[in-house]
Amino acid sequence: MADFLINTVGLPEWLAWTITALVAAALILNVIAGGALVFIWAERKIAARIQDRLGPTRTGGRFGWLQSLADGIKLLAKEDLMPEGADGMLFRLAPYISFCASFCAFIALPFAFDFVGQRLNVGVFFVVAVLGLEVFGVILAGYASASKWSLFGSMREAAQVVSYEVPLGMCVVVPVMLAGSMDLVTIAEKQSGWLSSWYLFHDPFTFVIFWVYVTCAVASVNRAPFDLAEAESELVAGFHTEYSGLRWSFFFMAEYGSMFLVSALAAVLFLGGWNGPIPVATLLGLSEGTGDTANYFVRLIGCGNLLLKATLGVLLMMWVRWTLPRLRIDQVMTTCLKYCTPIAAAMFAGAMLWQLAFPGGVVRGISRPAGEIREGWLEGPGGLSAGRGAVGAKPTAIPSAATGTPVVPTLESSIESRDVVKVGS
Amino acid sequence: MNLLTAGLPSTAIPLFAGLLDAPVGVAHYLVVGAILFTSGVVCMALKRNALGVLMGIELVLNGANVNFVAFSSPYLRGEGSASLGLDGQLIALFVILLAAAEAAVALAITLNFYNNHATVDIDQADDLKG
Amino acid sequence: MITSLLASAVPMSGLLAALPVAAVNWHSVLFLLFAAVACACAVAVVLADNVVRMAFYLVLSLAATAGLFFLAGAEFVGAMQLMIYVGGTLVLLVFGVMLTAQAPFVAIKTSTGDRVLAGMVGAALLAVLLQAAFRVEPWRRPAMAAVAAPAATPIGMALLGVRVDEPVAGAPPAAVRSGYLLPFEIVSVHLLVVLVGAAYLARAKRRRTPRAIDVAASSVGPVVTAREAARSSASALASGGQR
Repeated sequence: MADFLINTVGLPEWLAWTITALVAAALILNVIAGGALVFIWAERKIAARIQDRLGPTRTGGRFGWLQSLADGIKLLAKEDLMPEGADGMLFRLAPYISFCASFCAFIALPFAFDFVGQRLNVGVFFVVAVLGLEVFGVILAGYASASKWSLFGSMREAAQVVSYEVPLGMCVVVPVMLAGSMDLVTIAEKQSGWLSSWYLFHDPFTFVIFWVYVTCAVASVNRAPFDLAEAESELVAGFHTEYSGLRWSFFFMAEYGSMFLVSALAAVLFLGGWNGPIPVATLLGLSEGTGDTANYFVRLIGCGNLLLKATLGVLLMMWVRWTLPRLRIDQVMTTCLKYCTPIAAAMFAGAMLWQLAFPGGVVRGISRPAGEIREGWLEGPGGLSAGRGAVGAKPTAIPSAATGTPVVPTLESSIESRDVVKVGS
Repeated sequence: MNLLTAGLPSTAIPLFAGLLDAPVGVAHYLVVGAILFTSGVVCMALKRNALGVLMGIELVLNGANVNFVAFSSPYLRGEGSASLGLDGQLIALFVILLAAAEAAVALAITLNFYNNHATVDIDQADDLKG
Repeated sequence: MITSLLASAVPMSGLLAALPVAAVNWHSVLFLLFAAVACACAVAVVLADNVVRMAFYLVLSLAATAGLFFLAGAEFVGAMQLMIYVGGTLVLLVFGVMLTAQAPFVAIKTSTGDRVLAGMVGAALLAVLLQAAFRVEPWRRPAMAAVAAPAATPIGMALLGVRVDEPVAGAPPAAVRSGYLLPFEIVSVHLLVVLVGAAYLARAKRRRTPRAIDVAASSVGPVVTAREAARSSASALASGGQR
């Protein structure tokens, strides 16, 4: 898009880049805010149906689909209260910190092959890391409110989120290992093809670890049954007890943003990303290089695919929320430390051994053999410059049996014909 | 005339313009690292709260890390000039890891101190003074 | 419609190009932004009295430093900084702050004389460091390398003991360059030891037979004090513990 603005419209470069960045930011912001509106309405409807009620029916027609908009207007009109004795600056800043963390994580999330804010070499890592920062807003809110309920809620959340980052990280590592890259775009790209090439169906271990990931993801975004931080029956409303109006709605947007984010991450890591179950585009002959319009069309479909999968993930979380009762704090910790972490570790080892035994996948021909797509960083803009081989290590020096990861064949082949990215020019 | 620099004396204009135009170099990073390091040292010396001292240590380590990354960065150094290469980044990684470990132990010690003395003022930690 | 829009846009763009802002280097602007946040918050850590605010400023400072790492092309280190430092260490730190944030300890003041002294020492140290920083390379005249390979995979391989990255100028020959397998293992074991040690140090000291009524009667202080008092009610330590 920046190229278009520079070449076709004739804007100066800095303005073109700024506009491009702003457009991308606005799009992501709309995904979060618009998503929150839709999801709040959906949550009301789902909760109502599960509890054998009707839910909102009046506002905006038969299904009450304007309900969350009406709620939003109500929140805007509310007074922003601040309790006496609160730490003013931190109290005001806390919701925005939460929201910013949730928003920042979207930067590295690919919606389709090219639809990504900033393609990062360490995308998965970045998303998980930034997602963990959201807890800061909650802790500060809990402290700054000068209320015991808030403090209890935020301490619970801090303990829970920090603990659940461990199994979550282990779950995330498995697709990274299979793809041989932390780049989310590469990971999703490797799962293109039929349904069987999704990492969910790669081997039994990944199938199990997906559900561990779901558990940990639900816990790390503090949804029921892990919503200890805002347990209504014990803590009034937990960390946002003292909040009202717009600031409160920022907390809510952050929560729905994170829900959407972990769902989208699950989709990218395990469910094929933007690739549908059937490679429609490839069957129709629409592949890369067919033309810009066709490409764009394919990516739009891919974007729809990913949004659909992420939405389904969010709906699953809502279903779980209104079905299961809340856990106690010790049960939450037990789930994390005694079940999720060991299972994740065992599945990680299992997936590793499986990959060692069947490096090309079980069903050759249908699923994509590992190592076919090489990592993006080796195909940098510097291009190939043959003649300079492996630097610092011969391929035989790689302890393939000891490490046993699928990274090895990928790297082994790539080191031999290693592209030397030219520095300077 | 740029609106940003309109109100400034004439000597300030090249400085500001240069800061915005010129690419960032190692020296820029070293200045940031120096400020972080100094803040950390002053913080360690000044704070009486044990956790404040701990924060000072984190700042110091971080300042050092900035330097390591700056010296290893391929973006900041030209071709041919000496740099740390990947080693700098690896050392920075180890520093981060060890800082995490150090913070955990220091925090445990602080909590222990708090349990025994009901305070976190390190000036009170003088039990061993004869 | 679109063409007319474009046509109207062209003269405007020419006008914009005439502005001196056109020469702005976004890398530098972002650097200045992150550097300003990092430095300002680091100084704020020193100046703040409230320990929770100090922690907050420290978070901002370290997060901005992670941004600096990203700008320097060290993506992996930046993400690591966000994950371990900001996400892990500082949550731990804030946790500690909260556990000990009883009213008298939130703001422990330092005397003005100490402040002045520390300020002078700090200024001297800063002067020395800045001198060194400016010596390293001419200020504002770096050679900008065009492209560099992302370093995540080479870092991973280096931690496994295999170097696949390009040797930089002035580096020892390939045969001598070592991987980081041994340090990696040492750090792993070290982290395990620290985990056990920290858990041991910070463990809750419980009585053998908890009697809640005695605890409530013997102390009205914070929970920790009560527990302490219950643990050794006869000792002088306990009476000292009840502020």
